[in-house]
Amino acid sequence: MIRIPCPFCGTRDHSEFAHGGDGSVTYPNLDAPMQDWHDAVFQRENICGVQVETWQHVNGCRMWILVERDTMTHEIHSVRPAHAGMAKALGAAS
Amino acid sequence: MSASRLTKGGRIDRSCRLGFTWDGRSFEGYAGDTLASALMASGETVLGRSFKYHRPRGIMSAGVEESGAIVTLGAGERAEPNTKATMVELYDGLTACGQNAWPNVRSDVGAALGLFGRFFSAGFYYKTFMGLPPFEWGRGTGIWMQYEKLIRKAAGMGEASRSADPDAYDHVHAFCDVLVVGSGPAGLNAALTAARQGKDVILVEQDFDLGGDLLNQSDPVAEAQRRELVAELKAANVRVMTRTTAFGLYDYGTAGLLERVTDHLAVKPAHAPRQRFWTVRAAATVLATGALERTVAFTNNDRPGVMTVAAARAYLNRFGVLPGRNIVLSTNNDSAYVTAAELARAGANVTLVDLRDRVSEVHMVAMKAAGVEVKTGLAPLKALGGKSVAGVVLARPRGKSWAAAETLACDLLLVSAGWSPVVNLVSHRGAKPVWDKDLACFLPAPCADNVVMAGSAAGHWNTGDCAASGIAAAKTAMGESAESPALGGAETPVKPLYEVRLPGKKTKSFVDPQHDVTAADVRLAHQEGFVSVEHLKRYTTLGMATDQGKMGNVIGLALMADALGKEIPEVGTTRFRPPYTPVAIGALAGRNTSSHFKVLRRTPLHDWNLRHGATMTDAGLWHRPWYFARKGETITEAYIREAATVRDTLGICDVSSLGKIAVQGPDASEFLNRVYSNAFAKLAVGKARYGIMLRDDGMVMDDGTTWRLAENDFLLTTTTTNAGKVMVWLEELLQLRWPDLKVHVTSVSDQWAGVSVAGPKARSDIMACLQDPAAVSADNLPFMGVIETRLKGGIKCLIARISFSGELAYEVYVPSDYGEVMMDLLWETAEPMGGCLYGLEALGTLRIEKGHVTGAELDGRVTIDDAGLGKMASARKPFIGSALRQRPDLLRADRPQLVGIFPKDRNQTFNGGALLCKPDEISGFGEGWVTAVTYSPALGHWIGLGYVSGGHTAWQGKAATATDPVRQGDIAVEIVSPHMFDPEGERMHG
Repeated sequence: MIRIPCPFCGTRDHSEFAHGGDGSVTYPNLDAPMQDWHDAVFQRENICGVQVETWQHVNGCRMWILVERDTMTHEIHSVRPAHAGMAKALGAAS
Repeated sequence: MSASRLTKGGRIDRSCRLGFTWDGRSFEGYAGDTLASALMASGETVLGRSFKYHRPRGIMSAGVEESGAIVTLGAGERAEPNTKATMVELYDGLTACGQNAWPNVRSDVGAALGLFGRFFSAGFYYKTFMGLPPFEWGRGTGIWMQYEKLIRKAAGMGEASRSADPDAYDHVHAFCDVLVVGSGPAGLNAALTAARQGKDVILVEQDFDLGGDLLNQSDPVAEAQRRELVAELKAANVRVMTRTTAFGLYDYGTAGLLERVTDHLAVKPAHAPRQRFWTVRAAATVLATGALERTVAFTNNDRPGVMTVAAARAYLNRFGVLPGRNIVLSTNNDSAYVTAAELARAGANVTLVDLRDRVSEVHMVAMKAAGVEVKTGLAPLKALGGKSVAGVVLARPRGKSWAAAETLACDLLLVSAGWSPVVNLVSHRGAKPVWDKDLACFLPAPCADNVVMAGSAAGHWNTGDCAASGIAAAKTAMGESAESPALGGAETPVKPLYEVRLPGKKTKSFVDPQHDVTAADVRLAHQEGFVSVEHLKRYTTLGMATDQGKMGNVIGLALMADALGKEIPEVGTTRFRPPYTPVAIGALAGRNTSSHFKVLRRTPLHDWNLRHGATMTDAGLWHRPWYFARKGETITEAYIREAATVRDTLGICDVSSLGKIAVQGPDASEFLNRVYSNAFAKLAVGKARYGIMLRDDGMVMDDGTTWRLAENDFLLTTTTTNAGKVMVWLEELLQLRWPDLKVHVTSVSDQWAGVSVAGPKARSDIMACLQDPAAVSADNLPFMGVIETRLKGGIKCLIARISFSGELAYEVYVPSDYGEVMMDLLWETAEPMGGCLYGLEALGTLRIEKGHVTGAELDGRVTIDDAGLGKMASARKPFIGSALRQRPDLLRADRPQLVGIFPKDRNQTFNGGALLCKPDEISGFGEGWVTAVTYSPALGHWIGLGYVSGGHTAWQGKAATATDPVRQGDIAVEIVSPHMFDPEGERMHG
């Protein structure tokens, strides 16, 4: 029942989106040691409260977005494009 | 109970008679009746049989809380069991019957079970039949499965039809500023207040008429006010939805509604759905859901003829039925007095019994005027009578217990033990109800969402207060300040009453009549240690029937509190969950049934394939040709012929469903180089390369060929099933991880129609179709070459010389709209050459012979090494998955690896999914498994692919067994190299 304000399209039903994963993870370089990759891929916090998540507006503009969502209440605190260049372009346009 | 229809009064239309059938017998009622009121007016008393004990049950209420008159509506494929007769609007031709009884509810053989009632206490079946002698001496719980069948038959509800639901249901979405649930005095005023301020309002009412409790009142002034309110609502453009239940509240002000569109119509219009499932998003919600009257646990409180006071009022004032002649009315609060007077004025002989010692003078005067005898300080102890109530034994409080008092004869026993606000919907939002000691009820807790309670649902007991609270609630919902009247509103406070019993006596007094949970069951649960309210619920099934404890929950909690020596708030309450009343599965499914259950994708060649004799099969969402049978051929004969033809001459196969992604931009080659495990940076223009992509965790994700069409222009193909997944993955990488790469990906799967032309004569077939046949000569188009050229007629096409079958093969792509033209051209030449069309089954055979992997082998659990493709993992560059594929466990030499499988006896076959074991160790998960099996015309026997520990070199000369204990048993097999046919690949390079 969540509604997500897509920065590109406006507020849409969550059924148009696909949940990606933990948006706080910075993936290491491809040639980084196995341990770094292990931590990035497998070590996750199980947050009760606000967390940053990646979502894709898969049945819409296909853009990936970073969503700050409360896992307890489903309240959405902020949404921004995942691609920094896109965020900048949006900011310039508005 | 000797109910009778009054000659005047009520909201029924006596000029409109409706015929209906109950248990095979014909009855009549009036427009405006419910099934319950019509049956009551006809003198029917026993309408149901109870869940466990098969006790006779009659009408207990006039609403959703009904636990006695539970019937099966309709017949055949439209039979709907466990319907509350009190909620069924009567129509001409309605059919209903009793349930859980044989031969019928009036004389039920199963009632004999009641004689053994003392054995059937809470947990009886589990204690008796599970793991206890003599039933299960040392036999585990197996025998329980046998008893369970019998028990399920004896105990239970109605039977659902086993046919498909023939009706249509719709899904509808709506938005509004204010959603008002309930159309009593509070709801009507709330809706009107919001509408007058220009708000977009939806008013939802589960009944077929608007007014809530106003419909049950006899006061003409109240009726005039109701009519005025309803008229104003309609004038103010409020969207009024009757016959609609708000069954659940969800996040973001979302409400789920069920609208019954045609259930009440004698002739159902063909165009209309039976029900509509609404998803309404409201900025604010006002819940004016009313309150339900409670009863008391006393001996035989489930006898037909025992019902709530409010129910009697509804039958009298709304349906024009006098429910009894000789009535005893028991109460502990003020609300029953009006009803007592109304019943007396309608001609009944009424005795009112109040638990409270003192009652306000106003009421005493009114009772005297109406001719109602009042007895104080008394409560019902035991109902007398069998299939209908004949009298009541009263009791007087003595200290903390009771002493028997006088006996009164009656044909109707009405009980009011106070009111429970309907807090279900707000409870769905996580607002835990709070016990109010003064009002003796749970009140709704404040809700974090913009949900406001109004009327008796908030704890206001008077009509005037309810109306005022409705106005205040609407204002609050709109963000204005408003003051609600004080809660309660009784002249004399309620005196809480939950159970009446003599010490030491074991009797049947029901807490949850629908599930036959008695007061003794609750105490037994406590005795056996089930002291948490959640455990109590699950052990006794209290509140788990279709009414979700609307009738019994509070009594159950009070009894548990008493047993624990605690107060009710300390015991707490279980959380209500949607739906408030049952919702048909059909309504949840809506139109998404049968062929609309999932999307069907057709390739551009779909119709062409069908015209040429294809039998289709599901491949993900796609329909793809499975095989092209000639007259009289079985599927096996067809695919073996097709596969053999491909190896012998040529075959043509639709591969349009493969995922196709255009990867374009100056960094495209760098991007692919990171995504694929093998090198792509130096792929020449005009060349294709087979690539494997891994996930971050080092497991294989997908495979396919990528064609370099120009310096910065690649066409990447994926497997059919992973097309969407790979597209999402590439977008994620470009937007989240590598935003600096100048690459754009576009799905072009639907833009191209593609075929594979495979076999020794494939080249001649394609040459015959081209404007420039030399374009595909061995020199111009070597193995893994790609060209853009034109078919005859000038149609642009892409041709790649790649092979999945192991033969000389090409994939030819044209723009989708030209797919059929391409097929006609190719087939025109191929058919006289002795070629064939082939489907997925033969495609499978060809690739199994070659040991080429598909989704059956790349199932997300295998590494690139497991699949025997380790050579394709570059050691010179990092790529996605290159770090984690080196995890120690993934490098173990004994990991299951891709192998080929032959049956030891070449005449035998074996099954896909069978486990591969050592012949003397057939146990557990074995050493591996079979992923695919086919008959190989090239080798002349059955072959398979699979994974087995250590791979085929570890099994050289060793016996193995394919075991499939459920279907086939054990088959002796040999483990061989997966490259079972033409291992050197001479044919495809030819």
